[in-house]
Parts: sequence; structure tokens; C-alpha cells
Amino acid sequence: MVDVKPMNKDYQSSLISLLYQLADDDFILAYRGSEWLGLAPHIEEDVAFSSISQDTMGHAAMFYQLLSDLGEGDVDDLAHARPAKVRKNAILLEMVNGPGHYLSKPSYDWAFAVVRNYFYVQAKKVRMESLKNSSYDPLANAALKVNMELYYHLLHWKTWFVQLMQAGGEARKRMEDAIHRVWDDFAGVLSLGPLGKELATFKIIESENILKGKWKQSMKPVFDSVNLLMPEEFGTQSGDGRKGEHIKDLEDALLTLREVYQTDPAASW
Amino acid sequence: MPQEKEKSVMKALQKVKDPEIDSISIIELGMVKKVEVNGDSVLIELLPTFMGCPALDIIHKNVVDSIAELTSMKEIDVQFIYHPPWTSDRVSDEGRLRLKEFGIAPPPKRITETGEWHVDCPYCDSTYTTIENIFGPTACRSILYCKSCKNPFEAMKPVSTIM
Repeated sequence: MVDVKPMNKDYQSSLISLLYQLADDDFILAYRGSEWLGLAPHIEEDVAFSSISQDTMGHAAMFYQLLSDLGEGDVDDLAHARPAKVRKNAILLEMVNGPGHYLSKPSYDWAFAVVRNYFYVQAKKVRMESLKNSSYDPLANAALKVNMELYYHLLHWKTWFVQLMQAGGEARKRMEDAIHRVWDDFAGVLSLGPLGKELATFKIIESENILKGKWKQSMKPVFDSVNLLMPEEFGTQSGDGRKGEHIKDLEDALLTLREVYQTDPAASW
Repeated sequence: MPQEKEKSVMKALQKVKDPEIDSISIIELGMVKKVEVNGDSVLIELLPTFMGCPALDIIHKNVVDSIAELTSMKEIDVQFIYHPPWTSDRVSDEGRLRLKEFGIAPPPKRITETGEWHVDCPYCDSTYTTIENIFGPTACRSILYCKSCKNPFEAMKPVSTIM
């Protein structure tokens, strides 16, 4: 699609490592979002959540395209054919929506969906803002486009978050449980992976610490408004997805989502 | 002569409608960024409205088919590009009328600094409307309700780089 000029090897490998994180994060969370279709709390939410998931899958497709332009292979293969152990998404994003399966007795956790999506979308927004000034132009251009769509996603999840947090009673308790679960693995979302330092040196994106600071800064007023404390540190309790560590949930998701693709991998979807 | 060829390409593009809003062409939507005719080949650059839009493949195919049918072009290269990003102010005045004709309120011409926006009812022009859902049946539309004529309606979502 674009002619990519020859670039420094270290620069290129850092850039590619970031693109895999961006693509894989959006890809698996969009899939988790799609599993909610028909199960969201009300019909308007079904429309909104599926629209958000569709946008998010579009973002993943575009990041895979940028990888393809850098010689990483065909976009469909990048999305479907790669095994779990080479995927770079944060583990928090691959976790199931809750017990059960969407085809039979799903007992999905809406509080977890709200918290995971809100915290993730804000982290993604911070990244996109930073990437608008990326030294890699095609990524800077893509970030500008993604950012405009994120405006609506963020507004949506923030509304749910604030309303459920202020509702008190069971809603508040379930939200707090979900928040604790998310804290335990949120460092995995904020991580830029093993080449984080290089990414900052090459000015592809700002450093992990700066981005983390910006995330906290943007969330602080919202947390204050609902009486929630910002933790000092976040965890990677389930492992480090940026290094290719994953839980069984990802394997299971891949088996389902690549079912059609595998009937004919050569077909154009 | 080259201008004639470009004109014929533009005419063919005018025939390509949004697959989900068949009153408006991709030109009126502001999706056409560049048309470059070179002998018998043409390069067309299009700006996708939303990136996850499933209609993109259909639009791509319809552009190729329309140009092949209505012009003498032998080589037709259609590309989606992300830069500059499509913004809702790219919809032309003609396009705004076509949207309204279809029952979709055109995107607001201005958005306030807080990101708030307002749309009038496409049926009765009343300003007494409420947003039911920012997200609508397609990525680029929202669902609203008119308190005057009591009609639900859709509006094209404002998209701007200031957001």
C-alpha cells in the first residue's frame, strides 16, 4: 500500500514490536466485545458496543496493514494464523467476559467489561495522542484517524463507569471487584514491551513512564469524582503478554475466531 | 483531452453511492481525495469515513466497476488512504441536502469546544431534538428523536481532528 523507505534495522524492529502490540490489543478486545452481542444490558447498548467493537477491529486491521507494509506478511494471516505464543496483546484484554459461553448460559460480567474497556480505551487514547508526533509518518497519520473515533468510545465508557460507580449498592461493589481485577494486570496494558526504551529513543512513541503518568493524570479527576483512589502501582499477575506469555483464554478465543479462516486460508475475506 | 478523461472519471464516481445511503455519492460525502489520469490509467485515492466500515470493500468494487463501464480507462487503481483523515466537514452542500432527503440529518457545521453538538430534525427542522444513542446502525451515524414531530431519526456523526 505504501512504499516503505529502507530504515535502520534497530529502528524497524522496535517499530514492528510496537505495531504488534497495538494490533493484537485491539484485535482480541474487539473479539471479546463482539461476544457481548445480544447480551448487553439493553438494546441501545448492544448497538453501541457492537459499533465500538467494529471500529476497534478496523483499527486492528489498519495496524496489521502497517505491519504488512513493513514486510511482515499478509494481513489475514497476521490476524488469524499466528499462534498464541507469538501474540503481543496484554493478558487483561484476552480474559473471558465471564463464566459460560455466549452460545450457552453466558454469565458475563458487565462491571468487568466497563472497567476493562474504559481503562484500556484511555490508555489507547494516550498512546494515539503521543503517536500523532511519531517519527514514523504512516503511524502518525493512522493515529490521528484512530484518535477521532476514540473520542466517542471514551465518552461512552466513561459515562457507564461514572454512573455505575455513583449508583451505590450492588453496582458499586461489583465495580470495585472489577477494578481490583483490572489493577492486578493493568501494568501489562501500559507496558511497551522489551523494546520500550528503544521506542522512546527513536521517538516512535514517548516513554512508558511518561505515558503512564498521562494515563493517571487523565483518570485522576474522574476517580476523584467517584471517590476512588489511584493505586501507586499496577500488576502483571497473569504474566507479561508483551513477551508472548498468555493464558488459556487466548488459545480458546483463537480456536473460535479462526474457525472460518481455517476452512480456506487462501481465500480473500 | 486529458480534462475530458478526468471529467468522465468524475462522472463515473458521481454514480457510486454510499451502499447504505443510496441518495449520496462518494464525491458528495467528501471521500474522493485524488483523481489522477495518466494516459489510459487512473489512480483514485479515497478517504474512509470510519476505519471499521464494512462498506469499504463494496465501495472499492463499485468504483472500479463504474469507471470500467463508463470510461475508456484500462488500468484502474483505487486506494484507501488515511491521510488526511476524513472529517465530517468534507460532506458537500449538495451532500448535506442528499442526506436530509434520505432522512438523515447532516453533520453539524460546528462543534463547541466541549465537544457538544446539536442537530435539527431532518423532517420538520425543529431544534427540539434529543440524542438517543451516539452509536447508530452504522459507524458514521447516531440515533436521535424529534420532540416536535415525534419522529426518531438518524444523524451523521460529527468527526473532527479537534476531538
